[in-house]
Amino acid sequence: MTLVRTFSTAGRVLTQIRHDPRTVGLLLVVPSLLIGLVAWIFTDTDVFATIGPAMIALFPFIVMFLVTSIATLRERRSGTLERLFSMPMGKGDFILGYALAFGFLAIFQTAIAVSFAVFVCGLEIEGSIWLLFAVAVSDALLGTALGLLASAFARTEFQVVQFMPVLVFPQILLGGIFLPTDQLPEGLEAISEWLPLTFAIDALTAVADGSEDAEWILSKILVIAAWIVGSIVVGSITLRRRTP
Amino acid sequence: MMNSSDAATGAASPAAAIIVEDLHVRRAKIRVLDGLSLAVPKGRIVGLLGPSGSGKTTLMRSIVGVQVVQSGRIEVLGLPAGSRELRRRVAYVTQQASVYDDLTVRQNLGYFRRVLGAEASDVDRVIERTDLGSVANRLAGTLSGGQRGRVSLAAALLGTPEVLVLDEPTVGLDPVLRVELWGLFRTLADEGATLLVSSHVMDEAKRCDRLLLMRDGELLADDSVRGVLEVTGTDDVETAFLRLIDRGTPDLRPIDESARFAQAAESTADPDSGSEAAR
Repeated sequence: MTLVRTFSTAGRVLTQIRHDPRTVGLLLVVPSLLIGLVAWIFTDTDVFATIGPAMIALFPFIVMFLVTSIATLRERRSGTLERLFSMPMGKGDFILGYALAFGFLAIFQTAIAVSFAVFVCGLEIEGSIWLLFAVAVSDALLGTALGLLASAFARTEFQVVQFMPVLVFPQILLGGIFLPTDQLPEGLEAISEWLPLTFAIDALTAVADGSEDAEWILSKILVIAAWIVGSIVVGSITLRRRTP
Repeated sequence: MMNSSDAATGAASPAAAIIVEDLHVRRAKIRVLDGLSLAVPKGRIVGLLGPSGSGKTTLMRSIVGVQVVQSGRIEVLGLPAGSRELRRRVAYVTQQASVYDDLTVRQNLGYFRRVLGAEASDVDRVIERTDLGSVANRLAGTLSGGQRGRVSLAAALLGTPEVLVLDEPTVGLDPVLRVELWGLFRTLADEGATLLVSSHVMDEAKRCDRLLLMRDGELLADDSVRGVLEVTGTDDVETAFLRLIDRGTPDLRPIDESARFAQAAESTADPDSGSEAAR
């Protein structure tokens, strides 16, 4: 019974998105366009070869975070969440339904972004493209999971956007895009080592330049997976059937 | 239709579908309900009337089990409000239509049906009951406010719930639709459902079996429609409301005492007082 509710929720979310071409565009096309823009900016340099992999981590992560958190928040604002919680809908069913729907979209988004970076922008990948894909998908899923978590603590769309600078921007700054993490001041390096986006950027960069073996990459994916599971669990615990 | 479950609830508590005892609710540090007690008899339409801000929605949310309450006891169909088992037997329609604007009417109802675990044929049944057949394949967001409200109501009818809690279901509807909806509510009550319907339009009171008149989180009356009018010596609920405020003491005749009133009201309310009062 639980499975039925989880899957019907996922199906319902996907049907909603299908009716909204702008969101489909934002999810599937915008990350690739931004990666293309970065590649274009650095056309005459070899910078893109270094930061290209990080861009595959960055844009899908941000887009998934935004879309997921606002979608679940709309559910609260429209009163449909209250209705669902007066029905036999479990908190886990609800969160997992969303995670499944956006996870499904993340796979497509990543496939498009990775293909675009590699085949159109000419990003060179030394390691396995499948590993690159695996890291990128888990990174997009991470964006979804953090988005679900953020929306649990927000009451308005405005508050969701307030989570961007708190949850997302520090991860971008400390993720090793601006300065490799091992060159950061000691305190910041320690923080950086705990941030999930750092793991994604490290892993993607390593796959791209072939500097680490598959086992090392998989260990990074495991850490990201732990963050995803943790966020979803905390997100569903903080969902309240009764509200003040 | 409601064979086994109906029998089971009948055994649990014979007369009342909803019992509220000494309910205290605070929202944003303001006391909205301060020691409220009332009962809603089974198979009746009970009107919850009062100006906006009187605590109607808070009371309804508490009964459905989505409101954090400070203290008090609420029993619905013999079970504590918000119990897992009640989530299929009690339906709640919020004031604002709670439907997905980016899904069609049919997709909305199909989803809520699966969440409830109701039969697939239920979707067509509730579409027909709420007269939404002509717009069934349109996106809910493209419908008029009244139509969206009916989609929200249709979702509440899925799975044939025993108790319906409806927060201002007729607000903003044209008179023809309002009469139709009250006709639907009466049919549902005749089929055995209990309806708690809130409104701030006093003239809708006459269509109910009993009234709960609320003001500032307190009850001015808990009585049959006829009882309220008799006590206040008027044939108009709005006047009755004002006289109860002036009188200072509420008119509380809970179900047990006034069971015969309710019975009497049911047989007389429509033909007599209804036409008398249609001023």
